[in-house]
Amino acid sequence: MRARTLGRHVKEGGRNIVRNGWMTFASVSAVTVMLLVVGTFMLLIMNVNHFADTLEGDVEVRVFVERQAEAADQEQLETEITRVPGVDDVAFVPREEGLDNFIASLGDEGEYFETLREENPLNDVFVVQAEEPERTDQVAGQIDSLTHVEDVEYGSNIFNQLFAATDLVRIVGLVLITGLLFTAVFLIANTIKLTIVARKKEIQIMKFVGATNSFIRWPFFIEGLLLGILGCILPIGLLVYGYGRFYDIIGQNTGLEFFEFLPPQVVLFQTAILLLTVGAVVGVWGSLMSVRKFLRV
Amino acid sequence: MIELNDVWKTYPNGVMAMNGMSIYIQSGEFVYVVGPSGAGKSTFIKMIYREERPTRGEILVGGENLAHMKERHVPYLRRNIGVVFQDFKLLPSMNVFENIAFAMEVVEASKPEIRRRVMDVLDIVRLKNKARFQPHELSGGEQQRVSIARAIVNNPDVLICDEPTGNLDPETSWEIMHLLEEINDRGTTIIMATHNREIVNNMRKRVIAIENGRISRDEVRGRYGYES
Ligand SMILES: Nc1ncnc2c1ncn2[C@@H]1O[C@H](COP(=O)(O)OP(=O)(O)O)[C@@H](O)[C@H]1O
Ligand SMILES: [Mg+2]
Repeated sequence: MRARTLGRHVKEGGRNIVRNGWMTFASVSAVTVMLLVVGTFMLLIMNVNHFADTLEGDVEVRVFVERQAEAADQEQLETEITRVPGVDDVAFVPREEGLDNFIASLGDEGEYFETLREENPLNDVFVVQAEEPERTDQVAGQIDSLTHVEDVEYGSNIFNQLFAATDLVRIVGLVLITGLLFTAVFLIANTIKLTIVARKKEIQIMKFVGATNSFIRWPFFIEGLLLGILGCILPIGLLVYGYGRFYDIIGQNTGLEFFEFLPPQVVLFQTAILLLTVGAVVGVWGSLMSVRKFLRV
Repeated sequence: MIELNDVWKTYPNGVMAMNGMSIYIQSGEFVYVVGPSGAGKSTFIKMIYREERPTRGEILVGGENLAHMKERHVPYLRRNIGVVFQDFKLLPSMNVFENIAFAMEVVEASKPEIRRRVMDVLDIVRLKNKARFQPHELSGGEQQRVSIARAIVNNPDVLICDEPTGNLDPETSWEIMHLLEEINDRGTTIIMATHNREIVNNMRKRVIAIENGRISRDEVRGRYGYES
């Protein structure tokens, strides 16, 4: 297509946007709401995944062995733990090493506990890694029921809750976004239909003076595209500003030492690109629907 | 130039508007198409610019068979055929210049080319002084001249007119006819469906009479021949 032709289509598309006033406003608002939700969920999901990734390396089950267990019992237990489905790795930490680690972790103040070496109060421990973090709960439960196990300890069932929560977030997000997406497409299609009806005479004249079909259709695609892109502006602006503020205030002070929210410069660019793409696709999709239905050229 | 070979047309509702028409029109001819209302004149006109397809038969325009023409070639056919209607079909939101320029814009002509050519055709239809007028500020005859200017602006070989004087008083009709004759003198083939007995009988040209979708008469310097 020649540059001046493209220029003409953009001008025509823009003129239609202005002329459709309220319908333009309604479509752009629908795209805006939809993209705000898409963007918010995108940021949420990216951070939850990041949180899961952070935790993943840290998930282990600590198995405390009964103090009266004999060395043979311990060996027997280790074999049994290894056989529990979902167990990836088992490491033995004798109670002496446990105490060393404990004292070392206290630094200077550890001296006061040196006397404990006579009467070590700790248990021998197996440190077990599950193959998949979300199965930690299950693995821990099975180990707990083995003989000579006094207790098991693991990062509680935070993982299960987290995974249940992200699933819910995903489902709710998907349903909500699908609904909003169709609303936006529907409104855009109706706006374009309005243009097609208003330009009926013009289209008829274009046809008998020999305009090609694609030439006739282009301004409508541009109009849809512009509606979609106009709908991106507010959500991108709000999310960039909002997430930036959020990150400044609590991004690095989550109360969890090991976790920080993803920094804005990492996520906002991706989010903006996503919103722009979704906005453009929804716009063109809406105009495609109307053009196919109402523009018989 | 334009050739119909045993052309039949049945509309989807069952109306048989053309029943085996064969015509040959040479390049540069001026042809009246006459006949009672509902005879099939407009259907014949629409066939030539491929607004309607024949149910059977062959329509050749400039050597191409429209019956088998691919949809995407139709726009290029139409660039070589100007069409003028009884109701002018001007865009009320555009002035005279823009209405004519529109036909060139949509076939992607350049701005300077458009300016030059629109001024030329405004000269031909003698409306140069009204280039900035809106259609509603013009008389019926002037509006029809604008629509003729639009039809010839892309230099078509053929100009087809479906009752171009149908909405005009006799005097204005004669102005339009003199304009069409002038355009014909420059080499453009003209096919004109009409009900205007006075014009057909006084500006003698080839007359093709249609009745019930058939050619009932074809005379080189014919007369209107109906008592309506
Ligand atoms: N699009 C159409 N669908 C169905 N019937 C049509 C259509 N156009 C014309 N006809 C019918 O075909 C016949 C010829 O019509 P037309 O070509 O318009 O005649 P004319 O222009 O000579 O008055 C008429 O009976 C008319 O009702
Ligand atoms: Mg007619």
